[in-house]
Amino acid sequence: MKKVTLADEMIDVDSRTGRDASLFQPSKSELNLYQRHVEDLLSDSACKNAELGSLTYPASKLEVAPFHPSEALASVLDISPTLAEAASAIVDDSFTRCFKSNPIEPWNWNIYLFPLWCMGFIVRYGILFPVRLVLLTLGWIIFLGLFLPVHFCIKGNDEIRKPIERGLVEFMCGVFVASWTGVVRYHGPQPSRRAKQVFVANHTSMIDFIVLEQMTSFAVIMQKHPGWVGLLQTTVLESLGCIWFDRTESNDRLVVAQKLKRHVESDDSNPLLIFPEGTCVNNEYCVMFKKGAFELDCAVCPIAIKYNKIFVDAFWNSKKQSFTMHLIQLMTSWAVVCDVWYLEPQTIRKDETPIEFAERVRDMIANRVGIKKVPWDGYLKYYRPSIKLTEKKQQKFANAVLQRLGHSQQQ
Amino acid sequence: MGNTSSMLTQYDIEDVQNHCNNRFSQREIVALYERFCALDRSGKGYISSDEFMSVPEFAVNPLSQRLLAMLEGLNFKEFAGVLSAFSPSATIEEKLSFIFKVYDIRNNGKVSREDIIRVLCDLSGNFLTDEQRQAVVTQALEESGYSKDDSLTPEDFLKVKLKPKCYSWKGRLEDGGGSAR
Repeated sequence: MKKVTLADEMIDVDSRTGRDASLFQPSKSELNLYQRHVEDLLSDSACKNAELGSLTYPASKLEVAPFHPSEALASVLDISPTLAEAASAIVDDSFTRCFKSNPIEPWNWNIYLFPLWCMGFIVRYGILFPVRLVLLTLGWIIFLGLFLPVHFCIKGNDEIRKPIERGLVEFMCGVFVASWTGVVRYHGPQPSRRAKQVFVANHTSMIDFIVLEQMTSFAVIMQKHPGWVGLLQTTVLESLGCIWFDRTESNDRLVVAQKLKRHVESDDSNPLLIFPEGTCVNNEYCVMFKKGAFELDCAVCPIAIKYNKIFVDAFWNSKKQSFTMHLIQLMTSWAVVCDVWYLEPQTIRKDETPIEFAERVRDMIANRVGIKKVPWDGYLKYYRPSIKLTEKKQQKFANAVLQRLGHSQQQ
Repeated sequence: MGNTSSMLTQYDIEDVQNHCNNRFSQREIVALYERFCALDRSGKGYISSDEFMSVPEFAVNPLSQRLLAMLEGLNFKEFAGVLSAFSPSATIEEKLSFIFKVYDIRNNGKVSREDIIRVLCDLSGNFLTDEQRQAVVTQALEESGYSKDDSLTPEDFLKVKLKPKCYSWKGRLEDGGGSAR
């Protein structure tokens, strides 16, 4: 995980390449939206959110009111609003909360619950896990045994090969889901294969893809991973038409944007699935959507996924666990319960910018699933926020000072 | 509240409370400790400046570098001690003394006109010219009866009747850093 400060890079790349193909750079209007949202969030929390208790922070710290001249020094020296803002961010902030894995409350407290839990533990690790592992291995053998020959031998005849490969991938995902005894309920009409449509969903873990792929073979756009996952990506998923990107490569974005456009316009490619949050979030919150998926000039079909934490927390905290560990955690739990809602396809309205469109779709998904929205870009997990956000605050402060200066000069 | 509170004994909590002049309740200290552990991802016992800057709300604050100088590398007791100035139950003297420390970057017990201008520079960035900053500060000093070359002491801060805004963050701390509803 490279910690690169994007600030300087962002300003340079802006002037060099222009905006139209950038998936991951916040534009001016995005930054405005962020700033507005942060202020809304602070003042919203003050009124509505009981969780935050009594927040008596004024939304605008720069109320300029006429004052007595000898108070001038006091108001110049008083930096307490800015300090209080910083202190409150240290104590708690909405961004870190998005990635917090909330531990499940233990219930094995007393004399008969504890032995029950122990028995459950033995069943899960001793019986269920080996059975599931065997099932998964069998599934893999069957899948690879059928997929590889089909892939290499019927290379020429795409019409026969592609449906078989699709069916096989759906079968494999079904095996995966069975290996954690996944209980998935699908609501809403099944996605149909059509050109000019794109699917977007909220993102909690890589298993989102498996859960959705079980029903319909999507082509997905994903971060290129190392290890066995990466190997899988390049061999099997490539045949579905999946697109890769590398978060750390800045040139990658243009190429990827072009690939996306081409894919969407072709009739016989698999429906495209995009996770516009760009990173895994803990299924309690929803970070900002990247506008790339909403600029492709086609219908956007939102999909909302909600995991029930009753047996296991499906959030993959990529900083704390590798994907293998995460899978093992899922396979040693009782079940993975989740709900998937296919929502109504949306198209961009005439007076809407792509960002507003993205926000509208995010609203739909967050409301369906009952998660809270935060005005932060998920990539802030890996990069520092742009200097422009700090400059906005500085500008506001400077304007208030100038106003005060002008005011006192009049007196 | 999870497992972390078991790592703090009653003795530890009282020790921290004494260090902070009883500005935090015991529940608040436990919640603050959970937050400290969450920020200190590698479990070193202190929070590095990188880890502070990974909180976007903190990173966009214009005074983040100054606060970083005061907060990085501190263990939990010292960390709580520094933050106790923000508690609603802190006295005016404690709050003003904290603000004084932010200005007094050279730690010589005095805040000169240049120090004030430097902080104003952090807060206003490139949106005010040097002349404007000088004008604001000089004017404010003279109106309160100080000359350009005077240095302010903590007593001066008190005399000037600074009224630091009280930020009630009790709700945030007691909630234990936002656990699942």
